Formats: sequence, C-alpha cells, structure tokens
Amino acid sequence: MYVYDEFDRAFLAERVAEFRDQVGRRLSGALSEDEFKPLRLMNGVYLQLHAYMLRIAIPYGTLNSDQLRRMAYVARRYDRGYGHFTTRQNIQFNWIKLDELPEAMAALAEVGVHGIQTSGNCIRNVTTDQWAGATPGEYDDPRIWAEILRQYSTLHPEFTYLPRKFKIAITAAPQDRAAIKVHDVGLRLHRNEAGELGFEVLVGGGLGRTPFVGKLVRPFLPARDLLSYIEAIMRVYNQYGRRDNIYKARIKILVHEIGAEEFSRAVEAEWEAIREGALKMTDEMIAEIRGRFLYPDFAALTDNPPELVEALKDERFVTWHANSVHTHKVPGHAIVTISLKPVGAPPGDATADQMEVVADLADRYGFREIRVGHEQNLCLPNVAQKDLPALWAALDAAGLATPNVNHISDIIACPGLDYCALANARAIPVAQEIAKRFADLDRSRGIGRLHVNISGCINACGHHHVGHIGILGVEKNGQEFYQITLGGRADEKAQLGTLLGPAVSYEQVPDLIEDVVDTYMELRAGPQELFIDTVARLGVEPFKERVYAAH
Amino acid sequence: MAAPQQQKLKVNGPVVVTANRLTDGAVVWRTAAGGWSAELADAAVVTSAEAAIALLAGAQQRDIDAVGAYVAPVLLGADGAVAPGNLRERIRVAGPTFELPH
Ligand code: SF4
Repeated sequence: MYVYDEFDRAFLAERVAEFRDQVGRRLSGALSEDEFKPLRLMNGVYLQLHAYMLRIAIPYGTLNSDQLRRMAYVARRYDRGYGHFTTRQNIQFNWIKLDELPEAMAALAEVGVHGIQTSGNCIRNVTTDQWAGATPGEYDDPRIWAEILRQYSTLHPEFTYLPRKFKIAITAAPQDRAAIKVHDVGLRLHRNEAGELGFEVLVGGGLGRTPFVGKLVRPFLPARDLLSYIEAIMRVYNQYGRRDNIYKARIKILVHEIGAEEFSRAVEAEWEAIREGALKMTDEMIAEIRGRFLYPDFAALTDNPPELVEALKDERFVTWHANSVHTHKVPGHAIVTISLKPVGAPPGDATADQMEVVADLADRYGFREIRVGHEQNLCLPNVAQKDLPALWAALDAAGLATPNVNHISDIIACPGLDYCALANARAIPVAQEIAKRFADLDRSRGIGRLHVNISGCINACGHHHVGHIGILGVEKNGQEFYQITLGGRADEKAQLGTLLGPAVSYEQVPDLIEDVVDTYMELRAGPQELFIDTVARLGVEPFKERVYAAH
Repeated sequence: MAAPQQQKLKVNGPVVVTANRLTDGAVVWRTAAGGWSAELADAAVVTSAEAAIALLAGAQQRDIDAVGAYVAPVLLGADGAVAPGNLRERIRVAGPTFELPH
C-alpha cells in the first residue's frame, strides 16, 4: 500500500471545505448552474438521469480495507446501499444528494480518497494491472510509476484544461491486464538489453466514436525520464490538439491525422529541450516514492499446503480455485479475483454489506489490501494458500464466489440508459440476460475464455470495441438496437472488433449471442482453441452466415 | 427569448417540460402554475411548439429549483392520464429497469 503524507491529507481537507462552500453558494443561488457545473465536475460529481453521481478515483486500483469500509459507509449512509466499480478502476455512487455530497466527500477524504480529476479535460486516474506487485514476471511494480504520474499530474495547471480528457495506463507484466493499447498513453515497463528499466510508449489509443489502437512512438524510454517525456507529449497535444471540435479533440485524432512518426518527431524535439530540466527524476526521488509503498511481510510458506490439498477434495472449491485463484510471485501465496458478476446481478455492483465483507476478509487474509480491475471485479492480491478454503467459504456466503472470471457471464457493462444521461440504450439488463443464458457452469467452462463487453452508447465506457464479443447500444426510431462486433481484444494483442452485421433489437440480443457461441463451439479446432482465436482464424463471415440465417 | 435550438423545436404530440431537482437530482416536471412537481401527473402538458417554448422559457428563468430543463414527449391515455413518451422518460419516471442491488 502507498502511505499518504500530511500534505495529501491537508490538501484533501481543504478541497472538501472548498466544495462545501461551492455547494452552499449553489444552493443559495449565489452560483448559477453554468458557474457551478465545472466546479462539481472537477470533484467527480455528474448529474445523471435520476440523481447526482459521485465518481471516486481509486488510484491504480489499489484500496486498503479502511477505504473500502468507508465506501460501504458512504453507500449506506448517503446512497442506496451499493456502489458500482467501473472500467477505469473507479467507484461510482449513483444516488447521492447534492446537499449531502460535502458530507460524503469529507467522510471519504478522511481515508484519503476523492473524486478530483475523475472528470473534465485533465489527466485522469492512472490505471494499471490489478495484480501489480503480486504477479510473477513483472519488471517492476507499475504502481510506483503510476503514483509518480499521479503526483505530477494532480492539479497540474498546464494540464487542467487540455483539449479533452487524457487517460494513461501502465503495465509491467508480459500479459497486459490494463488495456494499455486503448489509452491515450499506454506504458509498458520492460528492460532493455543492458538490463535498464524503461517504458515502451504507445500514444493515441482509445475507444469511443473513433476507436484506435495506440501507436508506438518510442520503444524504450529510460524510466527516470518518464515525467519529462510525458510532459513533452502533453505539450505537443496541448499545442496541436483540436479544440474546435469535441469529437476530434482526443490525442488519438491528432496522432492519426499527423501520423505516429510525425507525432513522435514533435515529441522528441520538445523532449530534447526539457529532458535535462526540472522533471528529470533522480534515483533518490524514485526511491522515496518506492519507499512509501509498503509490501506485506510474507511468511516463508510453501505451495500446496495441507489445508489447500484437503479443500481440493470439494468439487465446488475446485471449480472456484481453478477459476479465480492465480499464481503469486511468493511461494505459498495466491492472487484471488472476487467476481462482482453473480449471474443476474448488475455487473460491477457491490452492496455495502459485500464491501464490508471484502474489507474484513482483506484484514484477515489479505494484508488489508484490495484491488479493482478494469473488468469490474475486485481482487485480493496477497493471500496465503492455506487461507484459501476459509476465504472461499466466507466469499461464497456473501455471494462473492461465482467462479465465472473470464467466462461469458463475466461481462463488462457500462451503466447505460438505466442511469446515464448520454445513453442510447440499456446495457445492464442485456448483460443480465446473457449471463442467465450461460448460467450453467459446465457450459460456460466448456466455452472457455470469452469476454463480452457492452456499452450503452458510442462513448464506449463498456469497452465494446475490445470485447471478444462487443455489443453497442444504438437508437433507431426511438427503439433500442444493438450492433455486435466480434474479435476485439484489450490485451497485449489488442485489436478492435469487426462488425457482424445489421443491428438487432433488444429482445434479439441474447439469442444472437447464443447463436454466435454455438457457432464457435461447432467451428473451433478443439477445446483448446479460444473463441478469440477461432474468430481470428475464420473471420466473422461464418458467424454472420449462421447467425443472420437464424434471425 | 428562447435560444435558437429551442425555436427549432418540433412538437408532434403532447409534451412536457422536465428537469432534475437541484438539491438531489430527482426528476421533476414543470407544472401549469409555474412550479415543479415530482409527479408526472402534475405536469403541464402542451401540444404546440410555441407553448412548449414558452413553458421551457419559464422553467429556465430560475435555475435554483431545477436544472437541465428540456422538452420531453408524453402519451395521453383515454382518461387523460399522462405517461412517459419514450424509454428514456419511462426510466426517468420508474427508475432502472432491473432490481437494484440490496
Ligand atoms: S458508454 Fe455511453 S451510455 Fe455507457 S456510461 Fe458511457 S456515456 Fe453512458
């Protein structure tokens, strides 16, 4: 865990006091809505269909148990008893009242969390691998670099009014769980031939109306040069990015329009001028940040302890273990994913009770640490294998042990038309219905890894372009319709999905998805060929023929 | 004077003016008396663009009670009952279309 200092705490307290004053002035009429709206957005407060929504940043997806417990408190005291974890590793409260927002924010600030920079045209919450620091084969803990970026970008005056919002993601493992290729800047930590730590820098990825996979602008950036290089990127963007058209204002459009090479040249020229300046990090600066991450005091344990071996005689435990438990870099330990996708429930939602259960279990078995993944699940990154049976029993009792991680029912879905003022169509009920169709565990296990991502509009908060099956809600004559894409992926081989065919109605979606899956089961080369690989091998045509013939 | 985009407003049936209450964001409708109500049944229903623009202009004069006012379609039942005119408005009236976590 990262330990905040007095400066962070004092700053947050001041910020809450400031917002309390702004809300007071708004309620009294001293501030108009036009004046107030940018102020509330800077604190993560949106107005949705039925209520205000408060979005809280979870820096690089890492929470301690006190923070999660406080979120449970806020959910229960100021909201309707639940929260929604997002694809940006944030949490959203959907029913907060404006006049109670300052109180809720004060409660959150006490444990060091806030909604600053979760909205607006600034550098947003830097996201990373939810297994950071725990997974084997990492080049470094990416959160250290995310924290460096967080400190650098928080309230940076030059980057508070960018042409558009700006999202950075970092991964340090061979397998990309942070979807870095679909971010404005994607950073992949690795070592060069000399063994030095550095970043591969990708720029111009993103989803939304005009989706792109990020383009390589620098294969190796020495790690200590991260800030000056990011500053150079931001300056080029600030200078050349379009402000005349909101749909063309993201950096991806600039990179696309001038080309990655030209963009890279402009960045390098800017960087030359500043790389030896104030932003060059010394070893001491990096060590100081590194030193503020406290790592668990792992006991010397061995893999497969007797408690685990015994539990593996229980078939239900075996199923969960095979699905939700992952290899840890320290022997005798494990990474545990907690599915927030129980079949039939809104994806990514957790009740206050569930948050408290997870917080308690993190205290008991997980060194007080919880992570949020962009797939809208939680994770306990550091669990002793001998504790897995007890952990599972407690999760199971709280409805948090659905063994469907990476299965077809582990769906990413944005809030859609049930909450969002920008939506064209619903997303959550579509996800619920698909999950119900594939509720049978044997069936979904037989299908294997299959990511379904759903967005309620072109803004793509549900990452539909990079779902193995992507579902996008559109509106036609006042009715909900859905476009289906196949073959997208968000990992290290990121690519955008291909449109399957004409949009179908709300009622038709679940049947169509079943047809797609049935087609895959027939056409796959064998059980080892994943859905995504079958689509890569055959293209969408065989799916299209079969699916549209049936409808 | 209504803004240009409002002057272009096309009204092809009964409409109301709706917004979100400032204090808690709850959905409210403009009443004939020039106030706001949390009940759609209390909404002033108009059927012409001129009347809708006038209703909207009145709603926008003061932004301390409700914010984000706009014109939304409704359906009128045989008995005069007012119902939301599209899915978005139905959801605004009735809330999310699935059971909320509890
Ligand atoms: S994708 Fe569209 S509907 Fe979904 S949350 Fe984002 S803006 Fe709202």
